[in-house]
Amino acid sequence: MSNTPIKTFNVREIREQFPALRQQIYGKNLIYFDNGATSQKPQVVLDAINKFYSKENANIHRGVHYMSQKATTEYEESRKKIQRYINARKSEEIIFTKGTTDGINLVAHSYGELLKPGDEIMISAMEHHSNIVPWQMLCMRKGLTLRVVPINERGELLMDTFEQMLSKKTKLVAITHISNTLGTINPVKDIIVKAHAVGAKVLIDGAQSIQHIKIDVKDLDCDFYVFSSHKVFGPTGIGVLYGKEQLLDSMPPYQGGGDMISKVTFERTTYNELPFKFEAGTPHVAGGICLGKAFDFLDSIDLKAAEEHERFLAKYAEDTLDTFEGVKIIGEAKNKTSVVSFSVKGIHPFDIGTLLDKQGIAVRTGHHCTQPLMDFFKILGTVRASFAFYNTKQEIDTFVEAFEKSLNMLK
Amino acid sequence: MNDIKQREESILAEFEMFDDWMEKYEYIIDLGKELPLLSDDEKTNERLIEGCQSRVWLNTKCTDNVIEFTADADAIITKGIIALLINLVNKLKPQDLVAYDFGIIKEIGLQEHLSPTRSNGLNGMILRLKNEALKHCIS
Repeated sequence: MSNTPIKTFNVREIREQFPALRQQIYGKNLIYFDNGATSQKPQVVLDAINKFYSKENANIHRGVHYMSQKATTEYEESRKKIQRYINARKSEEIIFTKGTTDGINLVAHSYGELLKPGDEIMISAMEHHSNIVPWQMLCMRKGLTLRVVPINERGELLMDTFEQMLSKKTKLVAITHISNTLGTINPVKDIIVKAHAVGAKVLIDGAQSIQHIKIDVKDLDCDFYVFSSHKVFGPTGIGVLYGKEQLLDSMPPYQGGGDMISKVTFERTTYNELPFKFEAGTPHVAGGICLGKAFDFLDSIDLKAAEEHERFLAKYAEDTLDTFEGVKIIGEAKNKTSVVSFSVKGIHPFDIGTLLDKQGIAVRTGHHCTQPLMDFFKILGTVRASFAFYNTKQEIDTFVEAFEKSLNMLK
Repeated sequence: MNDIKQREESILAEFEMFDDWMEKYEYIIDLGKELPLLSDDEKTNERLIEGCQSRVWLNTKCTDNVIEFTADADAIITKGIIALLINLVNKLKPQDLVAYDFGIIKEIGLQEHLSPTRSNGLNGMILRLKNEALKHCIS
């Protein structure tokens, strides 16, 4: 008999586990379509946060007492859960960070130390500012060159150009798995193979993919994969950097402090082993433990069915919005996830977002921290509805009605 | 400053008539539509009030110790909000504007726009109106 529990996907049952979805905003039932910014939290995660601070709070890795040892065990168990979930070889390859941005900065500083003037870092035209600015800063510090892979009008990477841009000088390709603004799913596996062929390492920004796609870092063969807990149903303030062990071992520490040391004298300090070498100071213990609970929750869901449901929602929303005069969908990649970004001719996204908010609908408006991408599409910003598997078709119908009402007021 | 009390009361009376948020915003949008446009030449960087999502340009004139404003914005709700502010403080003496506390914003329920994260930057607009008044007080 198999020990694998049967995984199911039922939207109504899933929604019941998210108390934040059962509230009214300005007297209307909340419709939460800002999942690209952050996801709501299931009851198991909320309970775990409460339980940790009520009964289990202790500092980890150093204490001799019961609570410290228990918290340490749970924190390290969580690391192992994450390792299993993303199929990393070892739990030492799972570094806890503050989030995606922190993970990218860690790599930029630490792996960046190994690079020499003239080396090249490659990113794409659809990156979030957090996968642009750390590399710009690194290039300034070390005399490197930042190169940008262009995209087409549909919001897809120009893979031929990417290949032509690769050379022996390319030391790192840092690329988003899924664009937060466009929803484009990049062909990362192909990118990784091609980058490796010239000896470059690859960092995948997984901020928008971990919650939508089953991630297998071994299968992807990426060198680094970074994500934030809060976008994958866990608490804020914690995230993960996965890195291949050998590579992490070759990199100098990022920050100095407690926990990351082996022995300290005033003359010389030796560093701790992985993963602790990269985890200076008291970490976000509750965050780490509760992120593990978020992955337990995900493990109970039929993720394939969830992904299909999300794609259905996005297609339905796009097809409906497309019938409105002046609406332009921004991001029409063949392979995309449940992000629907759009602009309306003659109407500022801020106006639409404000009126939707007053009707209980949370969307995001603006440049979504991708200003170069807005420049490419020659727009100031978009309205972005980003769906999670707990959203429903009925919510999209209500959203479309509210959108129509907003348009009538603004025209 | 008596005049501004009267203006506050008339704005409050207007907002009291609205039953819900959408009506409030309908009114703000109408204010925005009524506000005369600035020409493209007048939309200079010096007149731009920095905001995250929508841009607002404020034009100031001060004659005989009376300060007068015109403005434009690329989002209509933002434009309505600056129009509301202008209706409130237009043609005041600069020193009266500097001393004015804009407490009415809370009373009509627009305080959410005052938080620093709020992208249309009502805070920035109020600060700019006061700074303009301060400049003219000094000169």
